[in-house]
Amino acid sequence: MVKMQAHVKLTPVPAPEAMEQALYEVRKKIYPRAVHGAFAAWRWIFVLLTQLVFYGGPWLTWNARQAVLFDLAARKFYIFGLVFWPQDIVYLTVLLVICAYSLFLFTAVAGRLWCGYACPQTVYTEIFMWIERKVEGDRLARMKLDKQPLSARKFSLKGVKHGLWIALALWTGFTFVGFFTPIHTLGNEVLNLSTGPWESFWMLFYGFATYGNAGWMREQVCKYMCPYARFQSVMFDPDTLIITYDRERGEPRGTRARSADHKSKGLGDCVDCGICVQVCPTGIDIRNGLQYECIGCAACIDGCDQVMDKMGYPKGLIRYSTENALKNHLPTQGTLKRIFRPRVLIYSAILWAIIISTLVTLYRRVPLKVDVIRDRGNVMRDAEDADVQNVYRLQIMNTQEIERDMRISVSGLDGIEIEGVSRPIRVAPASSLMVPVRVEAPRASGNKGSNRILFTVEATDPAHPDSAPLKVEEKASFVIH
Amino acid sequence: MSDFNGEFWTVYISVITVASVLACTVLLWTLSTKRVTAGRTADVTGHVWDEDLEEYNNPLPRWWIWLFYLTIAFGVAYLVLYPGLGSFPGLLKWSSRGEYEAEQAKARETYQPLYARYAAMSIPDVARDSQAREMGQRLFLNYCAQCHASDARGGKGFPDLTDQDWLYGGDPETIVATITNGRKAMMPAWGKIVGDEGTRNLAHYVISLSGGAHDELRAAYGKELFAANCVACHGPEGKGNPVLGAANLTDKIWLYGGSSTALVETIGKGRNGVMPAWGEFLGPDKVHIVAAYVYGLSHPAGGQ
Repeated sequence: MVKMQAHVKLTPVPAPEAMEQALYEVRKKIYPRAVHGAFAAWRWIFVLLTQLVFYGGPWLTWNARQAVLFDLAARKFYIFGLVFWPQDIVYLTVLLVICAYSLFLFTAVAGRLWCGYACPQTVYTEIFMWIERKVEGDRLARMKLDKQPLSARKFSLKGVKHGLWIALALWTGFTFVGFFTPIHTLGNEVLNLSTGPWESFWMLFYGFATYGNAGWMREQVCKYMCPYARFQSVMFDPDTLIITYDRERGEPRGTRARSADHKSKGLGDCVDCGICVQVCPTGIDIRNGLQYECIGCAACIDGCDQVMDKMGYPKGLIRYSTENALKNHLPTQGTLKRIFRPRVLIYSAILWAIIISTLVTLYRRVPLKVDVIRDRGNVMRDAEDADVQNVYRLQIMNTQEIERDMRISVSGLDGIEIEGVSRPIRVAPASSLMVPVRVEAPRASGNKGSNRILFTVEATDPAHPDSAPLKVEEKASFVIH
Repeated sequence: MSDFNGEFWTVYISVITVASVLACTVLLWTLSTKRVTAGRTADVTGHVWDEDLEEYNNPLPRWWIWLFYLTIAFGVAYLVLYPGLGSFPGLLKWSSRGEYEAEQAKARETYQPLYARYAAMSIPDVARDSQAREMGQRLFLNYCAQCHASDARGGKGFPDLTDQDWLYGGDPETIVATITNGRKAMMPAWGKIVGDEGTRNLAHYVISLSGGAHDELRAAYGKELFAANCVACHGPEGKGNPVLGAANLTDKIWLYGGSSTALVETIGKGRNGVMPAWGEFLGPDKVHIVAAYVYGLSHPAGGQ
């Protein structure tokens, strides 16, 4: 297991004299410096992709309704052509299992990929920091601005920044609620200031959370609130790719002229410029080794690579590497080969098995559900000619968005048949119907007591009578005495 | 439950609750500062893993402790506004019963116009209305199907509501009266009065009334017994009497079974059927709709 060197830099500054020290540390504000490079580009690609899905998602239309809509009031989830009913809760479970396994797999392979590139906290912080930089300038300008006394310029800069943040946060809250309430209706309600109490609450709450988390809390969420930081160490192993500083190559660090031959002076490659610390969004020094605050964003890699380029040194003083690779001086090939180790292979195998079986069941899912409920009061009754009747209620759910004609039949005993339902029953799109059904069978066709029978419900599309019907079979018991 | 309504339990619960809130506040207060000796860094908890991995007792951010205080303030406000301290009802006077009643009132307000519209229509007209039939079926499945079965055809001891045979009469007013006030049927036990043989003879006579297979001789004896004991309710021809709820014995429809065994049991031991009164539970508007549904079951032509 990789040891996180929590003891190196985390100790608070020693108190100068005996005093009542506040146990609760005042936050030291972090001013991350803008960084450009391959990993920053990757992060922006993920920011754009995830936000395209989030902000754009509710505006898509499908079947004359919102394409993605979680209609909690009607207890139906619409995702493009699929309509999920409460009975489909298993898919939500499976989705969570897939997410969890993906997290295990990605973490085992390359550490906190999720945190660094896709976590909403990272993504919104990235967007909010971008706005901050555009308004107030980069690290040094912001530090200078914060030290200044309040002036008209400072007031207006801060005002514009917070105005933009709040606007974006409110739009985020609006979009979030738009996944649960049709967003066009919601938009009209917002314009008329007539949103319902819950809609208003969640829009403001989600907006406030976005503003607070991405604007103010930032790295504190990762350091103090997120449980992932605390258990990442048990998900890492010596072959996990982590963001590391190559101590052997870098040390001893020190400033030097660009032209100087540092090796003859006994210096390593680290010029001690501190860029890696300045760009870090959680304010750590990666040269102290892996720490639990490191969210794996690779900003320090991008920063250091730029400096190495300027110095004319090879890149990669700070790079994605593994504990094993550093210790045993493995070549890149050897490091990458170790990705395919049993742990990763098992995670991948399980993950693929779950994903494939889920896709298969989703594809084979019959959008028709039938529940058979026996009448409890009257277990059975005599009919004419030595026949026996049992009564059932069939709860038929048409989970698709087209009208269906249902034909009910029954089998399992000689001469068993349904009485009184001659015409097919029409069920409206995406709705359910309770149908009382009377089943009759000759007394001699079964045993005394309970007999297994089978209800078959076949649903045809009245608009396309030739299309293959959907078919669901449900077991039930038929009582003879 | 009244055991827990006494003054003692109110005090007991309130003391525990208030003491817990106070204890949390004090604990938080006393832990929010600590003494650090000159030149020392933060304390070590003493936990060491993997040879050299130590745990420091590092400070938490200040906002974190404010959040704790905020939750305590929330808890206190909650206890003041809502019931939580024994029998103290809270300033908002909220109760689950009150909420239930408010929801009922709201539902009444929503659905009342619909019920009122049907209440103003005659029962045969309501029976022809497809929406009313749907509402009626739902009410029937909820309240009536336990006895009369989901298809309303009843079972042993529970009348079939889809045929034309009515114990108390099948006109709309009678159906409403039956549902509203319920019915108590009483067929006395004749076994001790007419004896075992007499009971059997009566059974054969009753079977003969609707043309079933019977013993002629027994039926002849039974006829005399019938004339002496049964005509008061079932009438001289056995056609029954809806005023009393006496069954028509000539139509092959049997509430408790038409075999000689079943009839011997009916005559010998008597029968006591009970239809509960739904008037108070459902209210006149719902009764009106259920009655129309039941009426429609035996008047399918009315639905066309």
